[in-house]
Amino acid sequence: MTDALEILLNTSLWAAVLRIATPLIFGVLGEVLCERAGVLNLGIEGIMTMGAMAGWLTVFLGGDLWTGLAVAAASGALIGLLHAMLTVPLGLSQHVSGLGITLFASALSYYLYRLIVVVGETPPTIVAFQPVPIPLLSEIPFLGAILFTQTPPTYLALIAVAVLAYVLARTPLGLAIRMAGESPQAVEAQGLDPIAIRIGAVVVGSALMGVGGAFLTTAAFNSFFPEMVQGRGWICIALVVFSGWRPGKALLGALLFAFFDAYQLRLQTVIEGVPYQIFLMAPYVLSIVALIAVSRRAEVPEALMAPYRRGER
Amino acid sequence: MMRLERRENVPLTVVAAAPLAAILAALVLAAGLIAAAGVNPLAAYGQMLKGALGSRLSVTEMLTRATPLILTGLAAAVAFRARLWNIGGEGQFFVGALVTAWIGHSLGLPGPLGIAVLMVCGMAAGALLLAGPAFVKLRFGVDEVVTTLLLNFIVILFVGMMIEGPLRDPLAFGWPQSVPVDKAYRLPDLIAGTRLHVGLLVAIAAAGVVWLVLARTVFGVETRAAGLNARAAAFAGISLPRTIMGVALLSGALAGLAGSIEVMGVTGGVTTTMSPGFGYAGIVVAMLAALHPAGVVAAAVFVATVFVGADAMSRATGVPSFIADVIVALSLLTMLVALLFTTYRIRR
Repeated sequence: MTDALEILLNTSLWAAVLRIATPLIFGVLGEVLCERAGVLNLGIEGIMTMGAMAGWLTVFLGGDLWTGLAVAAASGALIGLLHAMLTVPLGLSQHVSGLGITLFASALSYYLYRLIVVVGETPPTIVAFQPVPIPLLSEIPFLGAILFTQTPPTYLALIAVAVLAYVLARTPLGLAIRMAGESPQAVEAQGLDPIAIRIGAVVVGSALMGVGGAFLTTAAFNSFFPEMVQGRGWICIALVVFSGWRPGKALLGALLFAFFDAYQLRLQTVIEGVPYQIFLMAPYVLSIVALIAVSRRAEVPEALMAPYRRGER
Repeated sequence: MMRLERRENVPLTVVAAAPLAAILAALVLAAGLIAAAGVNPLAAYGQMLKGALGSRLSVTEMLTRATPLILTGLAAAVAFRARLWNIGGEGQFFVGALVTAWIGHSLGLPGPLGIAVLMVCGMAAGALLLAGPAFVKLRFGVDEVVTTLLLNFIVILFVGMMIEGPLRDPLAFGWPQSVPVDKAYRLPDLIAGTRLHVGLLVAIAAAGVVWLVLARTVFGVETRAAGLNARAAAFAGISLPRTIMGVALLSGALAGLAGSIEVMGVTGGVTTTMSPGFGYAGIVVAMLAALHPAGVVAAAVFVATVFVGADAMSRATGVPSFIADVIVALSLLTMLVALLFTTYRIRR
């Protein structure tokens, strides 16, 4: 039992929390942006897969790591645009379109990977992002090794939280996005175009998801393989509800989830006699429990999942 | 300016043309990807047709693959009609399979009776698995998409735990596989010398039963009303919680039956890799069928043709077999657009 507690004092656990949280932070921010504008994006799982593949492939074919992230963002945006066109101007079911996008983007990723890369016994690897200690700050005892000795995309994720929180809460653009998700008629009355705002939000949100996927293959690991996103996209959908559609709380939710994930991984080595699958199940069970716990006070955007057609109520 | 106008009456020809147009569009789009692999798309599609329908054996393989797809397709169609977004077909398939192998390994009943009992057990397992998310949706308002999706991952891990632990097959030489069902409960072959089993007839019969239930019973009318306009349905005195729960039990049972039949008809025991995404493909099947039970059978045959045909085509041409998943996913998206034009028309 003391072993289980000792893990908590280990800096490697807390550094891992931030690392595990990074793809979730990008994903959940992207989903918050989509849903705040009124569009549920169940394409997230596939978009993250596409980002993971496209980012990795770019580096594998000779691009640098940042180009890889940019390509991942662009490919995420492109698939997001497809989801946006189907659900916003055409007003099709956001549930079914999103699932279709996930199936399509995942299948396309695996297809392109197999087409371009020759896979032998083990998947080929790239040189991934390495931790970059921030001068001075990284020398703070305990905290320095956790917060300031991460890979660059992790810093980027934390910056993205602040930027999105500021834009949504404090800028006219943010107000327009939130209004598009609450009452598109009101946006129209202001002389703005709710359809364009929704498309834009889904495209940018999907780009963030793509970067989140790319983190898996260019920083957390150094190779791509099928099924590697492992439901992280769906976890993000749950985290959005948990966060009450707020970027700050989304960060908190992602960190909390990552903590349990990192902790269960280490507990497996300490607690014997329990099948390892029980530990692996815990994060998924936890997500469902969290959803039930916050359901009473969930403030869902009023017009989420409601398509907007001019002149049709 | 162009705008969409709701159609007053939808002609039957338009309804029937929608899936055909969707499939054609998906094949045209995927042709670009096949060409990118340096293979002539028409030749590739020819290979696919030959691989799935070219011989007696390949047709039976295709129908063997279509059998669970009919059932998972029905599961999705029943649920989606009532706007219950059951994405957990994969998990329900696996619990149905696991329960069947577990009970069927040492069930002391004569063959046909035992098979019937095992099917009911598989259905009960699937139904119970979906009852959870349905309850949580009705009681707490938690979206069932996320809960059913997350349950898929939990169930697969649970299956892994069982087949490496209590249900491990000691005769499988360390290969993680559950104990097999008793030989007495293996479904008889439909055509000797092939893998095609009587499960296909059960699946088709299930489609008939579901069609009757949806079209000819009060419950069927209630599910349709709940899906079309929940508030109006409640106003008309339909108990929404009861209807949704009924739909959940029926939908989960159908997916569980798919797993049960797959174990008794094809695999014998359970492995974590026994389903190439039957649950998820069921969603595509249901949409291509426009959620109609009769259409589900045809759509399942199409999806099975693509999967079985793509494997053969991949071996012959080197085009990655993932092209099957691309075509199936694309046809779901194109079908969505096609369905739009069955309810709306373009006016200038």
